[in-house]
Amino acid sequence: MPTNTVITAANEAFLRRINELSGEKVTRCEQCGICSAGCPLVAEMDRTPAEMMRMVQLGDEDIAKSKTIWICASCFTCTVKCPRGLDPSKVAEALRQLNLRKAVDYIDLMNIPKEEMEILPQIALVSAFRKLTG
Amino acid sequence: MKIPYYPGCSLKTSAKNLEVSALAAAEKLGIEMVEMPRWNCCGTVFSLTSDDLMHHVASVRNLVRVQEMSENGSVDTTNKMVTLCSMCFNTMKSAAKRVRENAEDLVKINSFMDTEPDYNGNVQVLHLLEIIRDMGFDKVSAKVTRPLEGLKIAPYYGCMLIRPKEIGIDDPEDPTIGAQLFKALGAEIVDNPFKKVCCGAYHTVHNKDTVIELAHDILTHAQEEGGEAISTSCPLCAFNLDNRQKEIKEKYLKFKEMPVFYFSQLMTLAFGLGEDACMFEANYVDPRPLLKSKNLL
Repeated sequence: MPTNTVITAANEAFLRRINELSGEKVTRCEQCGICSAGCPLVAEMDRTPAEMMRMVQLGDEDIAKSKTIWICASCFTCTVKCPRGLDPSKVAEALRQLNLRKAVDYIDLMNIPKEEMEILPQIALVSAFRKLTG
Repeated sequence: MKIPYYPGCSLKTSAKNLEVSALAAAEKLGIEMVEMPRWNCCGTVFSLTSDDLMHHVASVRNLVRVQEMSENGSVDTTNKMVTLCSMCFNTMKSAAKRVRENAEDLVKINSFMDTEPDYNGNVQVLHLLEIIRDMGFDKVSAKVTRPLEGLKIAPYYGCMLIRPKEIGIDDPEDPTIGAQLFKALGAEIVDNPFKKVCCGAYHTVHNKDTVIELAHDILTHAQEEGGEAISTSCPLCAFNLDNRQKEIKEKYLKFKEMPVFYFSQLMTLAFGLGEDACMFEANYVDPRPLLKSKNLL
């Protein structure tokens, strides 16, 4: 993760876009890391939730290509723990939406095995396809 | 109390045991849940982006049904509705909050729903558990004919019932509403920190391995504390914690199966409403051997 980098106009535009989409002021994050400590899915992620927040602050668009944003299940554990009152789950959603609005789906119905389709309840399918496809 | 009831898709299919038992238990407590006409899927998840209103239309349309029921006298509550599924509860309450607090969003959604009456923005979305809590758990105890003596229940809350703070019905860090209910039913409560850990939710569709790990952690922590069964109010948690035990057993050979109850099944059992009202046969891990061993069946 870049730590001492020059913030370009493109970086600033990315930060503004995520602030606008998420409704959060990501620059308020103080990098305490409580979101990462509490996240039940952090072990699966390539960037921790705190790193995600930092990369957005720096306008680093690589975070939109991370695995992290798709692993986040919007469980709101970070939301209730953040001492700054921020909601990282909304930031992850904004980053997913950046991809989904370019018609880049994360999952494909055709890749789900037939035997799974027979047992999966619709509550699972509807939520997965609403979160992970555009 | 006669209140509009929103079932949602699971309650009519994979979670019939939640609906059947909850309707019977609520009736015993004097709560008549009147299914709303022409309800539609709530969408299961609430869109978290600031500019996305389209994904809230489905939920708001259901709120219009509640408004109509309040107006036409088919219920005796005003602008209140009850849900059973944690995800429906969270999605509908979040949508109701958004349009209540953002007048402009409400106008946009109302003009989009051209053929529907305008939504007034006033509906309060409730979960059955909070209605019961507000009545008082002593009212629950008074209806118990078969106390769940000796049954060690680890209440599991998951995410959508308790988070985020402004939506949840209990302390998001240390929820106790289930423990209080089951105590009133005579059960022993087993507390453990995994009661509020996400089960992986919809990852069960495309990332099953993660769900298996989380569900294994949630179940085994409850077992290590002495829990004999866990409880839930969410059909997706139920699928991940109950049905996925098949995969957990294949991966963890030492894992012992554990029944997963809907909170309402424990109520119908303790109220002595009969096995038809409990619908234990719809649970993946059959809870009846455990209940028989405790002389509860």
